Amino acid sequence: MQRPTVRLNRWFLPLLAAASFGISSIVVTIPMASAPGDFNFVGAAALGVVIYAILSFLITLIAQGPRVAQDRMMTTLVLVAFGIAVIPLVSLISTVVTLGLARFDGEFFGSSMRNVVGEGGGALHAIIGTLEITALAALISIPVGLLTAIYLVEYGRGRLARSVTALVDVMTGIPSIVAGLFAFSVFALFLGPGIRMGFAGAVALSVLMTPVVVRSSEEMLRIVPMELREASYALGVPKWLTVLKVVLPTAVAGLVTGIMISIARVIGETAPLLIVAGFTQSMNYNPFSERMMTLPVFVYYSYASQGADTQSYIDRAWAGALTLIVIVMVLNLGARIISRIARPHTSR
Amino acid sequence: MATAKSHIPQKRGDVVFSGLVKASGIAILVTLGAVATFLIVESLPALDPAAQIGSAPDGFWSYVAPLVFGTLLAAILALAFATPLAIGIGLFISHYAPRRIASTLGYVIDLLAAIPSVVYGLWGIQVLAPAVQPVYQWLNENLGWLPLFVGPVSGTGRTILTVSFVLAIMILPIMSALAREIFLQTPKLNEEAALALGATRWEMIRLSVLPFARSGLLSSAMLGLGRALGETMAVAMVLSPAAVITFALITPTNPSTIASTIALDFPEAAGLDVNALIAAGLVLFIITMAVNVTARGIITRSARKGAF
Amino acid sequence: MFNAVKTAGLIAIASLTLAGCAANEGAPASDLTGTLNGAGASSAGSAQEAWIAAFQTANSGVTINYDPSGSGAGRESFLAGAVAFAGTDSYLKDEELTTESPLCVPGTGFFEVPIYVSPIAVVVNVDGVDSINLASATIAHIFKGDITNWNDAAIAADNPGVKLPDLAITAVHRSDDSGTTKNFSKYLAETAGDIWDGEVSDTFPYSTGEGASGTSGVIDAVTNGTGTIGYADASKAGDLVTAAIKVGDAWVEHSAEAAAAILPISTAVEGRTETDMAVDLNRTTTDAGVYPLVLVSYLVGCNDYEDDATGVLVNAYASYLTSEEGQAEAASAAGSAPVSGATRERAASITAAIK
Repeated sequence: MQRPTVRLNRWFLPLLAAASFGISSIVVTIPMASAPGDFNFVGAAALGVVIYAILSFLITLIAQGPRVAQDRMMTTLVLVAFGIAVIPLVSLISTVVTLGLARFDGEFFGSSMRNVVGEGGGALHAIIGTLEITALAALISIPVGLLTAIYLVEYGRGRLARSVTALVDVMTGIPSIVAGLFAFSVFALFLGPGIRMGFAGAVALSVLMTPVVVRSSEEMLRIVPMELREASYALGVPKWLTVLKVVLPTAVAGLVTGIMISIARVIGETAPLLIVAGFTQSMNYNPFSERMMTLPVFVYYSYASQGADTQSYIDRAWAGALTLIVIVMVLNLGARIISRIARPHTSR
Repeated sequence: MATAKSHIPQKRGDVVFSGLVKASGIAILVTLGAVATFLIVESLPALDPAAQIGSAPDGFWSYVAPLVFGTLLAAILALAFATPLAIGIGLFISHYAPRRIASTLGYVIDLLAAIPSVVYGLWGIQVLAPAVQPVYQWLNENLGWLPLFVGPVSGTGRTILTVSFVLAIMILPIMSALAREIFLQTPKLNEEAALALGATRWEMIRLSVLPFARSGLLSSAMLGLGRALGETMAVAMVLSPAAVITFALITPTNPSTIASTIALDFPEAAGLDVNALIAAGLVLFIITMAVNVTARGIITRSARKGAF
Repeated sequence: MFNAVKTAGLIAIASLTLAGCAANEGAPASDLTGTLNGAGASSAGSAQEAWIAAFQTANSGVTINYDPSGSGAGRESFLAGAVAFAGTDSYLKDEELTTESPLCVPGTGFFEVPIYVSPIAVVVNVDGVDSINLASATIAHIFKGDITNWNDAAIAADNPGVKLPDLAITAVHRSDDSGTTKNFSKYLAETAGDIWDGEVSDTFPYSTGEGASGTSGVIDAVTNGTGTIGYADASKAGDLVTAAIKVGDAWVEHSAEAAAAILPISTAVEGRTETDMAVDLNRTTTDAGVYPLVLVSYLVGCNDYEDDATGVLVNAYASYLTSEEGQAEAASAAGSAPVSGATRERAASITAAIK
């Protein structure tokens, strides 16, 4: 039986935390008397957390026993882990938004970089390139991926299905740069070493996208209740029509969600496009000839080959990064909204 | 009632359709086979022991060894930083945070998982590297006797330690999303039984949640590792590369990674150097494949054993 | 499935709607059309950007892409037939001269003309230091890794009366193949050969210090670091402190005029064809009017292209680069020293003959 323990007042822990940070700020300030400098927020916060963790552990240990003290310690650790992880992610988002807004303007979305030296210019050529290449990749990946998922769920038995499942797993792990090398060596083999075109980029992206589509569609098709299929068979509907008219419509929300997320996954790929799609400062609407700019490559090049007026190049890089994040967010939000709207039909 | 006439097209429909889906399945096999074949064929010239590659003196393996080392070092460090944090975030969202906050946080993490790597790279070089440089200075002054923190300290912060921080941050969203899913799948009955027996929240987690989640966490770590191994742009933008094998984490000379070397050197490579880069890509492919297959193995083994 | 197709369709439609003409891209005004791809030195990147902008404005049917991937990359891609012309800070090597590019009519050879002369600045980022003198021996020691702190006696000896801090030096070099590295290395090898004993090539000879990719990579690393030093084309140095180097007994700051002064006192490389204007720079001069740490960037291409359309485009573009307007454009956009006088006239006559 447990001995009765003292209950701590519910204001105790917040007060203890405040006190810990107070102490740590004072401790951090002391050396500033001899060597004046900026107040070290990071140091103060880290020290405060340590002081709080030790004090709360000791006080709880005395007041409520070792078990509760251990529990409190772990709560502190979990919170700290969460805090540590959140700091860089918040910094990332806030930096991209604040620095990206400097050039997030009409000119950025209304012009290319052709004949632009220094200030001005925009990323229209890169946005068009990204949309065309991603659309082409989707055009390859969605049918192949969806049909493969149907095969695995509805038809796949035996060795072939097992090896397809295993290889889809392997394919999910292909590093994007390797997909780029693959597309490059295929196209270079037929069209010479200097080959750069949007379509080659689309091929590389589809190698990355297809397994993601297979995985998510497979999951969605599997949760379609067996009863629906059986009812359809009982009515004499052949299997292929059952799949097309019963299974797919039932799972459609999940399928679209998965596809949009897979598009969001590849739309930010840089490395393969750097290798096979090349880069240009001008508009190019034709993915089957000449170099084509894409948004991630635009961000990379704006950073990596700055001209004399460096600030305007860096501003464009951040604006491009912000645009990319916005596109990815919109795709993810769209996916979420679709899955929410359509949820009642999936009889989940 | 159904006449013979309407039966035949229906049957044909079935044949055509099943043939079509089977063909896409086979297309996947063919694609993967093509990727492997192209990589192998293009790699062969570089594997010749007499081949002179870049500035490496004794052929391909001496060229690729520092790259393999750098790739593994950066990815393993990243995993070491990310795993405890991911478990912390997963536990926080699944067992500590109020429900409404938890679902929002879960969504935010899903969004972060989709941020393109070039954005992480830009942030890493422009924000993180200058920010951690003074910390490296401090580490070297106070812990310089550790081989990890020997000088000279990089004046720019573009070191392999910074790279592994960036990689850790990049794999954190996907790992914590997986961890959260796994923790949420713990049978509610077990948790409630533990609490009913008077366990504290931590004891409940230690006794019912963590044992249940162990294999899932392991495979999520392997997936994170696979991601970190293949990451290209963030490394290419942040790292100051050199062809060395060293455990010194904060000096200006760092081992580079395979993926970033390909991205940086490929545009300016010609002749045998292209083959060498493709061969390096093949090595990377094999490493990540081994990691993924292991992860898959863990999942199936634990599925066969049952969760407990 | 239907919805999936619809999604793809939506994306396609969205891209078509967006695909109105970019605000800055007008209709063709001259009869030249086509796309020309080049690659090479990133030092001349700013100048190439300005040239391309001016040339495309005059010939809006033409698109020129210049990939600033480095001199070595430019020459290799050109010789492999991947790009139509190359920009390079170090002239073609003898073994490269004997190769045939698949782009050229066999046996017609290459042209190589100077298009860009610019000082290489030694850039420094040390808090509280706003001017610094560095002799070539000191620079060699720093980049070789012998001198590791800014308060070193050798640096102090170059800078009497200046208080330099106790701060570790991070020397940033190019991690990619680069003509800037070769010119920098050659300057040190010729003026401080007993110290700078590494092989002079496009690759940085030692494995000390920090590597960064491209001219802007070096500038970025030096700008964001502390106690950093690097070398880069002066046009990209921006607000960074640049070192004065020792010529004879004087300290010389970099400038376009002082850089241009080196061409008249340099000698042509032996054994080159009529269309090859490669020169060996006189870096050991003691004339205080010369800044001998310079790079000369060449334009390299075929004298006779297999594809006539490419030949016409290269002719037009190269002729513009070697014209007085072209050189003036680069001087104002990138602060380079214009190639002038008899040198420019000879270059112009070579480029006019490209077909």
